[in-house]
Amino acid sequence: MTTLETVRKGQTTIAPGGLAHELRATTMVWRRELIRFRHDRTRMLAMLLQPVLFLFVLGTGLSSVISTGTEIDFRTFLFPGVLAMSVLFSAAFAGISLVWDREFGFLREMLVAPVSKSAIILGKCLGGATTATLQTLVLLALAGLVGVPYNLMLFLSLLGLLFVGALMLTALGVLLSARVKQIQAAMPLSQLIITPMMFLSGALFPMANLPGWLAVLTKINPLTYVVQPMRSVVFDYLTLPATARAAFNPAITWGAWTVPLGVQVLVAVACTAGLVAAGIAVFNRTD
Amino acid sequence: MPERLPAVRVRGLEKTYGEVRAVNGIDLDVDEGEMFGFLGPNGAGKTTAIKILCTIADATAGTATVAGTDVRTQRAEVRRRIGVVFQEPTLDSYLTAEQNLRFHGELYGMPRRQLRERITEVLEMVGLTQRRDDPVLKFSGGMKRRLEIGRGLLHAPKVLFLDEPTIGLDPQTRASIWDYIATLRQEQDITIFVTTHYMDEAEHCDRISIMNRGDIVVTGTPDALKSSVGADRVRIRTEDDHAAIRALRERFELDAAVHDGMVTFSVGDGAQFVPRLFAELGIAIDTVTVTRPSLDDVFMVYTGRTMADTEKAEGASVMMRAMAARR
Repeated sequence: MTTLETVRKGQTTIAPGGLAHELRATTMVWRRELIRFRHDRTRMLAMLLQPVLFLFVLGTGLSSVISTGTEIDFRTFLFPGVLAMSVLFSAAFAGISLVWDREFGFLREMLVAPVSKSAIILGKCLGGATTATLQTLVLLALAGLVGVPYNLMLFLSLLGLLFVGALMLTALGVLLSARVKQIQAAMPLSQLIITPMMFLSGALFPMANLPGWLAVLTKINPLTYVVQPMRSVVFDYLTLPATARAAFNPAITWGAWTVPLGVQVLVAVACTAGLVAAGIAVFNRTD
Repeated sequence: MPERLPAVRVRGLEKTYGEVRAVNGIDLDVDEGEMFGFLGPNGAGKTTAIKILCTIADATAGTATVAGTDVRTQRAEVRRRIGVVFQEPTLDSYLTAEQNLRFHGELYGMPRRQLRERITEVLEMVGLTQRRDDPVLKFSGGMKRRLEIGRGLLHAPKVLFLDEPTIGLDPQTRASIWDYIATLRQEQDITIFVTTHYMDEAEHCDRISIMNRGDIVVTGTPDALKSSVGADRVRIRTEDDHAAIRALRERFELDAAVHDGMVTFSVGDGAQFVPRLFAELGIAIDTVTVTRPSLDDVFMVYTGRTMADTEKAEGASVMMRAMAARR
């Protein structure tokens, strides 16, 4: 008996729900993001050009005025920050693409399916984070040009941290798009949130000797716990005098306590998990 | 044996948005296999009612079951048993036709092998087999609509909801969409629940409910509704109009008069009357036209206004939004 015959006889072909079904839905929403990403080459290029400009134009320009006092290239310092920056903007963009999904109706197709909203939002977050992370691969390939060694372990650590940061920002974008229904508003609003987060994460300047208020702001910024570990990992693969390390990759301290790398990563992961949960919760209450 | 529930049963269904009563306590039964329609101007509450039946919106009061499952307490069960084609397009235009269908099947948890077969069948059914791997971006309005209808059927629902399936399409495409729906009914064991504000489209339904301002004004077959508001009008051209008028009065007890050069009179069932007319009038007839009352006449009789006027008064903004969504 073919399916059509089954269907004509009015037999329901849908299997009952359950975790496996939810997981399939999440995977499919994730896959959709990847399929769309593949088609969007223009966006990929545009998103890539900005960090390249930061790294080679701003970085080169600033390295002539910033005397590092040591043999460290300012662009080497900048590299992890620019990686993070590129991933953050594309991740946030991927998150607020839910506003497009709503505007073009596809969100409705997703929300009328017999699966939980949680499965759909989770897929959306993971998909956005994956595509944003994938985008940095080209940028990573440029590492050698700014004095960062090609090392598999280093690259895997960076990608791992980038994924955490990407997921954090995608979730933030999703959270935003639950409240803001117009893309014209969502775009600048997301910029308004990400830009200070980026500045306060130490992506573009070293966090040594900051005035008190600025130091506090950097420490409550969840992104700091993505960017700083990235830089620490990079610096671990460089041979640098201790003074350079202290000036360009100072330890994060909470009061008198020096926060170990593992705890920093834990903070980042916890913030990300919290934001994803918040995104899911908000969508479960609205729409 | 428990009582077999109809495909759709609605009791006292109500939906208020703040002060506005979108749906005003409606009752309804739709039989299995029936093609049922909500006819009414934009803003009459059709879409709101459908949204409640599709579990997208919650009713303020009342109950509804679809395919034997409760829309309030068995949301997921209802969703597995229904297909929905929304008024606004809901395809991902970056994905191909096939990818759009696959996405749907995965979200509905269809078994993989069955999903593959079913995608092929559905594409065949809506005539898009050749366009399987084209992104929806390249599709015409009619093709997109067909794909959406196909997608709504992919998981073999018991009830298919079509909310304004032809809104924003050109007349030719509209006609072809209805052809597809008609074919569908012949091929599948399915109940179809459609909303429309096009009078001519309501004619495709087995039964319709006319909705106005959140109320169901009247329910019945299109024919019964039309008969309920008046007789058919018959116009004939004869070789001797005066003799014809006299003959109509004497043999059929009908009052006829000449309008616009034709003998005009009213009769209950025009189609049945015409053969008798030819057989018994005794005067040669050149041409004959039978005009039935339209559903617009029905709407007018039951609400006191034409549908177009009602829309102008109440639904203008809704219409604009619908058009904007279609673009």
